[in-house]
Amino acid sequence: MIQLFMRDIGLAVRSGGGFGLALIFFLIVVVLIPFALGPDQFALALVAPGVLWLGALLACLLSLDRIFGLDYEDGSLDLLASSPLPLESVYIAKAAAHWLTTGLPLALAAPLLGVLLNLSFDAGMALCFSLLLGTPALSLIGAFGATLTLGIKRGGLLLSLLVLPLYVPTLIFGAQAVRSASLGQPFDVPLVLILAISLGAVAILPFASGAALRINLR
Amino acid sequence: MMPDLGKYAVEVMGSYGVSLLALALLCVVYIRRSSLVKRALITAEARKDA
Amino acid sequence: MNSTSTSKRLWDAFWQLANPKVFMGWSGRWLPWLVGLTILFLGSGLIWGFFFTPDDTRQGSTVKIIYLHVPAALMAINGYLLMFVGSLVWLIRRQHVSVLAAKAAAPVGMTMTLIALATGAIWGQPMWGTYWVWDPRLTSFLILFLFYAGYIALWAAIEDDDTAADLTSVLALVGSVFALLSRYAVLFWSQGLHQGTTVNLADGAKQENISNVFFQPLFLSMAGFGLLFVTLLLIGTRTELRRRRLKVLQVRERMQ
Repeated sequence: MIQLFMRDIGLAVRSGGGFGLALIFFLIVVVLIPFALGPDQFALALVAPGVLWLGALLACLLSLDRIFGLDYEDGSLDLLASSPLPLESVYIAKAAAHWLTTGLPLALAAPLLGVLLNLSFDAGMALCFSLLLGTPALSLIGAFGATLTLGIKRGGLLLSLLVLPLYVPTLIFGAQAVRSASLGQPFDVPLVLILAISLGAVAILPFASGAALRINLR
Repeated sequence: MMPDLGKYAVEVMGSYGVSLLALALLCVVYIRRSSLVKRALITAEARKDA
Repeated sequence: MNSTSTSKRLWDAFWQLANPKVFMGWSGRWLPWLVGLTILFLGSGLIWGFFFTPDDTRQGSTVKIIYLHVPAALMAINGYLLMFVGSLVWLIRRQHVSVLAAKAAAPVGMTMTLIALATGAIWGQPMWGTYWVWDPRLTSFLILFLFYAGYIALWAAIEDDDTAADLTSVLALVGSVFALLSRYAVLFWSQGLHQGTTVNLADGAKQENISNVFFQPLFLSMAGFGLLFVTLLLIGTRTELRRRRLKVLQVRERMQ
């Protein structure tokens, strides 16, 4: 399982692997916001928590179909299925690799981008923490969605349609954490709830995804 | 015959209009699909038995 | 020896419907009655409610929207429950009738959700001054709408019927967990942790009307919507079962 994990990371980081794309996308979204909403500092600071969370979420969405898609197309997924490694572990390894190459960089870069939107330091820290806790959930949920749309040609849009409603609770708590922090209020409750979502996802999604993978590889 | 809807006439009529239209469309779609598939099945069964 | 209780016999009889032939026979016999009853209840409920009820002191004639909004919302949830149960039964027992019933229920549920949203928004405009408010109930219904859309889209995107049934069932089950989670999250989002006193329009109307003359047409309308739901469900499931048989015949023809 570790080998699969390292292999996926290697694949992502190599050129053509799309490693920096999520970060660039995140940057572009954040840069576009002031153009759309006007440069008023106060207005930007007001929407910054939500916009930053939303940008990270959408950036995560971009690379989801790569998680299984490439291996499915060239047959490596069938090989993995016939190996002694259970499909649930395949799912976890791949979701973890996705998080490390997409979610984690986004979480670390977010406070820097927050500066562009006039986000306070405290809110920036809350943003970082909430994303660190929440992006695992996003990777797990996204990977689950990817197992459902595996065999569908050009299923990227359908994947987004399926995954976005599932992202709603994480987004709500994440953005709320940052908003509370920017108002100087305690933000521990939303953070705990995000952690709960991530843990819950680890608990149930491997089984659902394993089942979906098995169904698709029949 | 029409009740006096007062100043909310547009809202109430709008609600009823939209809802009844949606329900009608739904029924039409379901009934149409049903008869199309039924007919296709009957011809396919006839071909099979022929 | 009549030792089995009626409830057990009813239970067994219900599961007989899992057999497609039995289902088609039973539903075919009952459908005309259901159509008649639907027209009766729905018609009388809406006509009574629209033409023969007084206005509300606070909400004026907009209270008449309740006869659409509340039943539609109930059916939206009902459709979802059917999707969930049908998917569960498919994954456990692999019975086509249940998963195809789930598939047939989805568009009905989605339309009901749309009606609930539209009537909720139109009702809200004169009351709140804006067409859309991000109140917990309306927001939850919006998310429900997206779930329905995703479920239906996934069914449509997969070619093999049994694979589609499997994957959409997995989606329905996982989606349900997140739907419950979303409900709680949305409440939290709109009011913080403490449940504030959001005056939900339909709830407010329901409370004051529950004991007086508004309730009877509402009951008729709810029954009407319920009957409509069952009628469309049966029609849709029959169509899906026939479609499945049609596919089998077509494949056989092509192989000869």
